[in-house]
Amino acid sequence: MVKLTVEAQQAGPIPLNAEFSCLPGELLALVGPSGSGKTTLLRAIAGLYRPQHGRIECAGDTWLDTQRQQSLSPQRRRVGMVFQDYALFPHLTALANVQLPLRHLPTPLRRPKAEQWLETVRLKGLENRYPSELSGGQRQRVALARALARDPQVLLLDEPFSAVDQVTRRRLQRELARLRQQISIPIVLVTHDLEEAAALADQICVLHNGNSLQQAPPETLFRTPASPNVARLLDRNNVFDGQVVEVDGTRRLQWGRYALDVASGLEGLNVGERVAWYLPPSDIVLHRRDRPSQGERENPVAASVDEIIVLGGMTSVALRVPHGDMLRFDIATHAVRRNQLTPGVAVNVSLLAGGIHLMPGHGVDTAPDEKRNTP
Amino acid sequence: MDWSALSVSLRLAIFTCLFLLPIGIWVGRRLATAQFRGKGLCEALVALPLVLPPTVLGFYLLQSFGREAPVGQLWMSLTGGGLTFTFSGILLASLVANLPFAIQPIQRAFENVPHNLREAAWCSGLSPWQTLLLIELPLVWPGILSATALTFAHTLGEFGVILMVGGAIDGETRTLAIAIYDRVQAFDEQGAAQMAALLLVVSFTTLGVVYGLAGRRRWARG
Repeated sequence: MVKLTVEAQQAGPIPLNAEFSCLPGELLALVGPSGSGKTTLLRAIAGLYRPQHGRIECAGDTWLDTQRQQSLSPQRRRVGMVFQDYALFPHLTALANVQLPLRHLPTPLRRPKAEQWLETVRLKGLENRYPSELSGGQRQRVALARALARDPQVLLLDEPFSAVDQVTRRRLQRELARLRQQISIPIVLVTHDLEEAAALADQICVLHNGNSLQQAPPETLFRTPASPNVARLLDRNNVFDGQVVEVDGTRRLQWGRYALDVASGLEGLNVGERVAWYLPPSDIVLHRRDRPSQGERENPVAASVDEIIVLGGMTSVALRVPHGDMLRFDIATHAVRRNQLTPGVAVNVSLLAGGIHLMPGHGVDTAPDEKRNTP
Repeated sequence: MDWSALSVSLRLAIFTCLFLLPIGIWVGRRLATAQFRGKGLCEALVALPLVLPPTVLGFYLLQSFGREAPVGQLWMSLTGGGLTFTFSGILLASLVANLPFAIQPIQRAFENVPHNLREAAWCSGLSPWQTLLLIELPLVWPGILSATALTFAHTLGEFGVILMVGGAIDGETRTLAIAIYDRVQAFDEQGAAQMAALLLVVSFTTLGVVYGLAGRRRWARG
């Protein structure tokens, strides 16, 4: 087993009840609001924090096993860690910073190896600069080179893009994606930026109050969140409360006055049961007013435009359905103009049956944002 | 010019610095990085010589250096000699009187080292000792220089404590500061002026050199 597995539990001072794993070459993003325990878990992997109960294994070695009173020091864990503010040694040049973790190599090999790492992160020519003489993005790359120079068994990135501007962030993200092709170790990224997690990660683990709520690939997670709480933490709208009904011998989902077709998930539920459900915004199809749209006959719903917010090329649209719930989705701004969407206009949409995701056993109450929309 | 007084002063200042620096680094680092019960009390004790009148500090030291007092007895059993009115006695007194000058600048310097630099060093495979030598000490170097300069200059100028514990024995405990006082008492103003000027120059040069060195770090310019 060469993957990284982490289990950590404790009641306080920082409550933890988390479990996740990451395969070599895979990038796992830990996402969650501030105080959800993301950084604490990362520090626990590095050996900088010791949870009361837990077990951490990496590349077949046990780094932490509280049951056996076993805990390796950070020095013996071989982690490459990029700190949030990079933690570069200010009195050492970029080259010396990268050379420091290479002390296990014979002296003559250290310098060429460090130069090689700086070249990998595209910092050739800046070897003799001190951190104070480097830009934010360059510092981040030195930190990355230093972390990789350790020849780590796991790479840990603590909000590595939060301290740089938007343009630099995009460039660094691209470079991380490129770099990933050269290293085949588990990478754990802590971020509060969902877009970043979705763009970079193979797996996302959603954390809340130290609990790991769900781990899945981004597309799975964004289409099928395990609970309304996960949907809310992922900034998903369109979480509603429905009831299982039977119409003409077929199970359907009653939502206001609509009995919706659902592709899967209703079979296991009892008629009359209340169930929270979620619809990805991509599965809301706006009917064109001039001609029929594809899938128009699938779960047609009449609604009125409540809010139109233009955000450049995309526009965020909120529709109010007759019983008060709000459907939210983004469409191209030109489509808004073509359909002459303005607040108050009546429109028809289809809710694609294949996209409706049921979350049995969860009340919708955990999504306060949605509740507020109900009059 | 009282050359033997100058020699006593310089010896006293150099030995005080040599003995106090390791203590200053250890205690300063502990106070800056560790959380423990009674930390406030420790800091208050360290700072006490700053506010205590030198004669008060000198009085208590004299009391504890006596042949019946614990410190005096211990010293006697170790060396066979006494502490009062000896160079060893004024050196010990000088160590106590200079504690705040040696510890506080170093403590402040350690407090300014972000903790995650230590963690980054550990994650880079450095042991706690290597972290101290390769990361922390180079970063707190200006604090150590300040502590050295302050201790050195303050020891040269210390008067009350030395007089209480050591008296003014020529070549043994009469420092330059005490010699100046003696000369003034004897109406030898020219002698006093020479020595005062020397003390001024030595103190100023020490501080100047140290602060000059501390400012010459390329990496610290942002």
